[in-house]
This record gives sequence, C-alpha cells and structure tokens, in this order.
Amino acid sequence: MGILFWGSLAMILGSGMASLVLGRFSPWANRVGPFGVFLGCLMGLAPAMDVIVTGTVMSWSAAWRMPYGALSCRIDALSAFFLIPIFLVSGVSALYGSRYLKIHETTKNLGASWFFYSALVVSMALVVVARNGVLFLVVWEIMSLASFFLVTFEHEKESVRQAGWIYLTATHLGAVFLMVMFVWLAREAGSMDFDRFEAMRFHSAAIAGPVFILAVIGFGTKAGFIPFHVWLPEAHPAAPSHVSALMSGVMIKTGIYGLVRTLTFLSPPQIWWGWLLVGVGLTSGVIGVLFALAQHDLKRLLAYHSVENIGIIALGLGLGLIGTATHQPVLACLGFGGGLLHVLNHALFKGLLFLGAGSVLHATGTREMDRLGGLIKRMPWTSATFAAGSVAICGLPPLNGFISEFFIYVGAYHVLGRPDASIPSAGVIVGMAMIGTLAVACFTKVLGVVFLGEPRTEAAATAHESDWAMRMPMVALALGCVAVAAAAPWIVGLMSPIVAGVAGISAQAVTTHLQIIQEPLESVTWIGLLLVFGIAILAMLRKRLLAGRPIGRAGTWDCGYAAPSARMQYTSSSYAKPLIHLFDGILQTRTSYDAPVDLFPAHAALHTHTEDVFRRRIYEPLFHAVDRFRGSLHWMQEGRVQVYILYIAVTLVVLLIGGL
Amino acid sequence: MTDLSLLLGPISALVFAPLIPGIINRTKAVAAGRTGQPLLQLYADLLRLFRKGAVYSRTTSWVFTAGPAAGLSCIAVSLTMLPMGGVPGAMAFTGDLIVMVYLMGLSRFFTAAAAMDTGSAFEGMGASREVQFSVLAEPALLVGLAAVALAAGPAGLFDAAPVVNGFRSLSEIYSGLTLSVWANDGAILLLAAAALFIVALTENCRIPVDDPTTHLELTMIHEVMVLDHSGPDFGMILYAAALKLWFFLALLSGLLIPVRSENLWINGISTIIGIFFLAVGVGLVESMMARLRLLRIPQLLAGALSLAALALVLVLWG
Repeated sequence: MGILFWGSLAMILGSGMASLVLGRFSPWANRVGPFGVFLGCLMGLAPAMDVIVTGTVMSWSAAWRMPYGALSCRIDALSAFFLIPIFLVSGVSALYGSRYLKIHETTKNLGASWFFYSALVVSMALVVVARNGVLFLVVWEIMSLASFFLVTFEHEKESVRQAGWIYLTATHLGAVFLMVMFVWLAREAGSMDFDRFEAMRFHSAAIAGPVFILAVIGFGTKAGFIPFHVWLPEAHPAAPSHVSALMSGVMIKTGIYGLVRTLTFLSPPQIWWGWLLVGVGLTSGVIGVLFALAQHDLKRLLAYHSVENIGIIALGLGLGLIGTATHQPVLACLGFGGGLLHVLNHALFKGLLFLGAGSVLHATGTREMDRLGGLIKRMPWTSATFAAGSVAICGLPPLNGFISEFFIYVGAYHVLGRPDASIPSAGVIVGMAMIGTLAVACFTKVLGVVFLGEPRTEAAATAHESDWAMRMPMVALALGCVAVAAAAPWIVGLMSPIVAGVAGISAQAVTTHLQIIQEPLESVTWIGLLLVFGIAILAMLRKRLLAGRPIGRAGTWDCGYAAPSARMQYTSSSYAKPLIHLFDGILQTRTSYDAPVDLFPAHAALHTHTEDVFRRRIYEPLFHAVDRFRGSLHWMQEGRVQVYILYIAVTLVVLLIGGL
Repeated sequence: MTDLSLLLGPISALVFAPLIPGIINRTKAVAAGRTGQPLLQLYADLLRLFRKGAVYSRTTSWVFTAGPAAGLSCIAVSLTMLPMGGVPGAMAFTGDLIVMVYLMGLSRFFTAAAAMDTGSAFEGMGASREVQFSVLAEPALLVGLAAVALAAGPAGLFDAAPVVNGFRSLSEIYSGLTLSVWANDGAILLLAAAALFIVALTENCRIPVDDPTTHLELTMIHEVMVLDHSGPDFGMILYAAALKLWFFLALLSGLLIPVRSENLWINGISTIIGIFFLAVGVGLVESMMARLRLLRIPQLLAGALSLAALALVLVLWG
C-alpha cells in the first residue's frame, strides 16, 4: 500500500511537471495536468482508506543531511483521516478546473497553473504525513507558495495582486510562530523528530502553555481563526473557483491538522487551553457567519463561512480538551470526534459550494448576488447541488453537517451540570444555536437571491448550465454529503483510532465512550430516512390530489401592482438588513444613502459596504505604524557602499565586545 | 398498553391539532364579546383546500412545491419524538431534542426558500424576518430545555462530588418532572416555562410577535411568506402550522402539569387537557395585548433568552 501512496504523489507531481513543460506549446497542458492529478488522487485514496479501515500504520524513514533528526514520514490514523478530504476534493476540483480554465487556454500558460496545483496537492499530503519538524516546515512553505501562485492566477487585476499579497504576508507571519514553536520543541527534545516530541510528552506548564499559544496563532492563521482570518475573505474570492474549493475545503484544514498534531506532543492538556479554543471557536463562529451575512459577493460570503466552520471545529476541539483536562473521557471523545468529523464534512460541502459558485461565475460572469436571480431554471444541476450544500452547511438534518454538530451538542449537554465544564458547554450550546440559525438566514439568502425568483440582469437571464465536467464534481461532492450522513453510525466506529491518538486514550476506550452516540446516530439516520420518505409521500399525495383538477399559471401575487419588475424583488442587502441592524455593533456596516426627494424623484441610491472590522481596526493601523517606523529608518540606507561596510565593521566589533 | 400509549402522542396531535387555532379564536371572540367562528373551522378549511385545484406563479420552481411538503414532513417526524408529559415519545433517544430543534430549522429553511422562490418582495420580507427571529428564539429554546433537563435530573446531581449525569432523551427528562421537582425547583421551571412560552408564541407567529389574522398589511412575517401557495399546498402549510402549535403547547403542558402516575393514559390525557387550557391562555394573551413593534421583538426574544439563561444559572449554582 505504501508504494501506492508514493506512486500517487509521483503521479500528481509528474503530471504537474508534464503540464508545465507542455504549457508553452499546446492546450494539452490543460488536459494532462488535471487528469493526472485526478488519477493520482484516486490512487492516493486507497492507502488512506486502508490505514483507517485496517488500522495499520505505514512509516518510512531515511537519513538526510539536515540537522535534527531523520527524514521520516508516517501515515497513522490521524494523517489518513486528513488525507481523505485532501485527495477527494483535490481530485474532483482538478476535473472541474480543467473545464473551468478552458476559456484561458489561448491567453494564459495553464501549464504553470497546473504545476502549482499539483505542488499544492502533494505538499498538503506531505504536511499531514511529515514526521520531522524541518520537513514539515519545508512542505508547509511549499504549500503556502504554491497556493499563493494559484491565488494570483489572474494577476493582471490589481485586486487579485492585492489579495495575493495579503495572503502571502499572513501566511508567513503565521509561519514565523510555527518556526519558533518547532525550534523551541527541538531545543527541549534535542531533535526535530515528531516521534521524539511524542515520547517527550512536554508536560511542564512553562513549555506546554507557550507552545500551545504559538500553535494556536501559527496554525490558526492558516486555519482562519478570528482575528487571524483576514486573508481568507481576500484570497478565496480572488482565486479561480476550483482553487477556492481546494483552499477553503482542505488547505485551511492543514492548520487544524497541525494544531491537533501539536496536541499529541503536549500532555496532559490544561483546562485553559480548552477555554481558549472554545472562546476562539465562539468568536470565529458567530462573527464569521455575521460577516458572511453582510456580504454581497458570493465567494466572499463563502469565505466567511469557512471562518464560521473553522469556529465550529475549534468548539469541538476545545470541548475535547476540556474533557481530557477534567477527566471526562466521554466529553473528550465527543468533542474531538465532532471537531474532526466536521473537518471532513466541511471539506465536502464547502468544496461543493465553491464549485457551485464557480459554475455561477462561469455562466454569468459576476459574483455580485444582486445581479443574479432565477438561475434554478437555467442551471438546474448547479442549483440542486448548491441547495444540498446549503442544507449541509447550515447543519440541518438529514445531511452531514448535522452529524458533526450533533456530536458537539451531545458532548456539551452531557457535561452540563458538572461544575468544571458547565460554563463552556452552555456557551457552546448558545453559540452553536446562533451559528446554526444565522447560517440558515445566510443560505436562504444566497439560495433565494441567486437561484430563485426572477433574473435581475441580462447576464442572469441568459445563463447556461455548465457541462458535465463541471457538473459531475458537484454531484459527487453532494453525494458525499449524503453518504457521510447516511453512514454516520458506521463512521463512528472508524473514528475511534483517530480520536484515540488525540485524546490520549486507547482506541478500545474511545469505542466504549462513543457508545453514547452510537444509538442516537442510528436514530438520526432513521429520522433522515423517515423525513425523505415523508416528503416523497406528501409530494405524491399532492400530485394525486391535483390530478384532473384545474392548475393555473399566473404571475406572482403583487397586491395588484400594475408593472412589477425583477428589480422589485428582495435583494441580498434587504434580506439581511434586520440581522445586520441587530448586530451593527460588531459589523459596523457603512451606508451611503441618497434619499429620493420631491414628488418625482429623479435619483436615489443606497450603498452598503461591510469591511472586515479586524482588518480596518487592527491590521491597517498596525501595518501603517510599521510602515512609518520603517520610513523613519530610511536615513540609514545611504546607498554608499562605504557606509554599509562601516555598518558591518561596527556590528562585528559590537559582537566581539559582546562575546568577550 | 405501553405500546398503544406511545402512539397517543402522534395520533392525538394529528387528530386534535387543528382544534387548537379554533380554541384560540373562540377565546378571543368570547373575550371581545363576539360569537366567533366555529371551533372546527380549520378542519373545514383543510378539507376545502385539499379538494381544490391550485394556481402557481410562473416564477416558481420545484423549491416552491417542496416547501410545504418539507415543512409538514419535518413537523410530523418531530412528533414521533415528542413526549406527552409522562408518556414517552415513540422514537425517544439521547439528543432527540437537538434533532427536533434542527428539524424546525429545516422546515424554516424550506419555507423561507419557497417564499423567496416567488420573487415577491412581500414574501422576501416575511422570510427575512422569520429567519431573524429564530436567531434568538432557538438558543432560548435549547437553553430553556437544558435547564429543565438539569432540574429534572437524578438527585444528588449538584453535590460537590462530580456525578456523571449523562444526557438523556427529552422523554426521560420529562418523565423525571414530578411534583417533587416542582416543589424543589419550581422557580427554575417557571422561568424556563416563561422562556418556552415566548418562544412558542414566536415560532407559531402569534401576538405579540406576529398577528395571524392579518395577511399583508401589518405584520408581514409568517402569513406573508405563504401568500402564493394555494390548494393542497396551502392546506399542508396550515396543517403543519397547527401541528407546530400543538408541538410547542405539548412541550409546555408536559412541563407545567406534573402528572406522572403509573397509568400512562392518565398522564397523556392530562397533558392533552393542559394543551387545551394553554390554547385558551394564548387566546387570552392575544385578547389582552397588541402586537409589538417589529424593532421591539428582538428585545422580547433576548428577554426570553435571558430568562432561560437565568433558569440555567439558578439550576447550576442555586
């Protein structure tokens, strides 16, 4: 099986390189690249599934010239669990991307794009199997750079370059914290090997606490925890849609992987870690979905939803940590289990939604929701799969989003009443309920404004359905959402070894503790079936009742208004207005309003714009200050070589004196 | 005997739910000195609607017809988990209350989507408000039920020694709500019941949140969302609304009436009688107060959430 894993990586990278070479000469680059990646990903799924089902661990090790330990990789249950969404979403997004990029075949070098795509997939896979800090940081960096080049695909646009820079800066600032963290761990352990870290089990509070903080900041920047999320709403809309699906669906999850992997080095966890993650989760979840609600740009909205879902994952992990710290293994298993399962679920439905948004963008040329409408008639496949993704991301039964949220809810209710866990669990219950209902508000808005009603513009009215190469990936991911939900009772059993590694207890014990949710999940599956059955029966009943009776078609009831137009429909702004108004203290939406005046107003306009508060209030002032400080040092940069040599000499002298 | 009593909840709901709006309307009529419509008006309306044809807007798609079917299916499935006081629900399991609340969410999702499908600004407005209020109502419901669950929990739960209480099904929680719990923690249960009552009024579009007697002009919340539905579709919507009202009143009645005897029939029938009394109560509330201004409703719901949170705080540290 090991050979299959490395074979798949070689296949992916090889086809990327072949595509790079071909790119200059022929449009075949856009076929070789994606199909190679797709086949490679299919191959890669096999060893990952094998590890999860059989429980065998695959490891490789080799000496290398780098200091601090050997070049080693390992696929254990946790790595395999993350490999599945990586290969799954990368594979289907590659197929989709091949069609999506077709219009650029003559104008751009797609070979380069597919090369970076394959580099991103391979580096993500290596990030989750690396067992050495140096190797981890190297592939982490490759992952960041490859995704940077993918984001800046349309680099001729100023906004895209801007988004690329923000992403590059954010990801490197995050990486600084990770470097400090790994160097610190290596200094204590004497090696960069993860095996050594795990054996050390850093438990002194002086090391474990700061390392945990560094991990939360460093990995949280990649994952998109608020307030380190500012790059997400910039980079995701700027990237081509199949790349957005890959980045939002799986790349940000490598941040979660890193955090979870770091937790296996540190034990036992202290309770404040759990509190911190629950706090981060509540902030990211609620604020993320609120900002999503305020957006007019479809892909920006989805990017903020990634922040929200990362928040839900953090809530699960936080509860898991509290469970471990307070010796409540049931809570630990449910929290970690729910958080990790949400990683898989979010990869499926967020990948699906970004591909759907890409299909809309491809067909209409706009991401502005208020310029769309009525696409369900012209794009039935995209609309139906997007609707499925919406139900899933809102965490509603009978789809997969509900399953992971159910884990976290049951965990929170389970410990409610225990003095040491009541406050965070009550917070989680209130927070999850608010996140869930706000997500319903947000996705009924998207569905209603983009896909339902009447087209608001010519572009929306003349939209066309995407062809099969773009449809199939969406259908596959939608089926994945259904499958995870339907198979939930069996998936729990497979989750045990994964959770065991994180919670620090045996897989056997995890299976016992997860019994609490086994039977409820079976019931949830039955309820899902019952629900679908009920809807089918009612639909048939309706059809029977209406058979042979008069069925009229008419315009929508408009209270007798003489000349209704599509512009009179509720827009995304008006739909979200009451909630935006309610939470204006957080969102700080800017409104400019030219009110209609006189009896025959000639002009009226309303613009609302919700900027990221964290970017505007924290990062912009901070970076301006850094910029000013840099400017104030400008006199040192004389431009004369003699002065620079003087600097070197002075530095050497100072170091020598200091050394004495 | 036990098996038959399990069916009591769903069957009584399916049969008697359309009676509840009748009772409310009759109460309002009597309070206002009118004769009012017949008690069984809704049954007649439903029969009539199910026998009619339908008119569909040219704008609509399959989402529009899926809305009523999904809404009715959601609430009907929820009924299988609903305890009737001391009578457990037919499908009780750990965490069923979360599933129930989320099924309400699914029904809201489809109702709002169906409203947006018509392209009408009125219905969009209704959908927008419906989803707004649920943001505060749903946490209040979950926290209120959590407080009830803890109050009804096994004795010794709040001793200094940590006791793993575990999380149970709503039916088990409700069967633990005996008279002695009321004697000990009456204040907590009353607070939770008050929160649940406000949530029930909100979720079922009653005064002071929404006015079910106006279709357009004043309220524009729930009734306006279903303007374009007609015939059997509208029948399903009305029936689902009646079932939902029954559902919430049954939750409240099971909480407020602590009859937990050996005989499940006595438990169940006392809960049903409680539901009828609560319907009279809803009618009285509607007779006595006007609808709140729209901007005040979030404050009312925040109040409900505070009441539920207070109940939880009292039960945890009281």
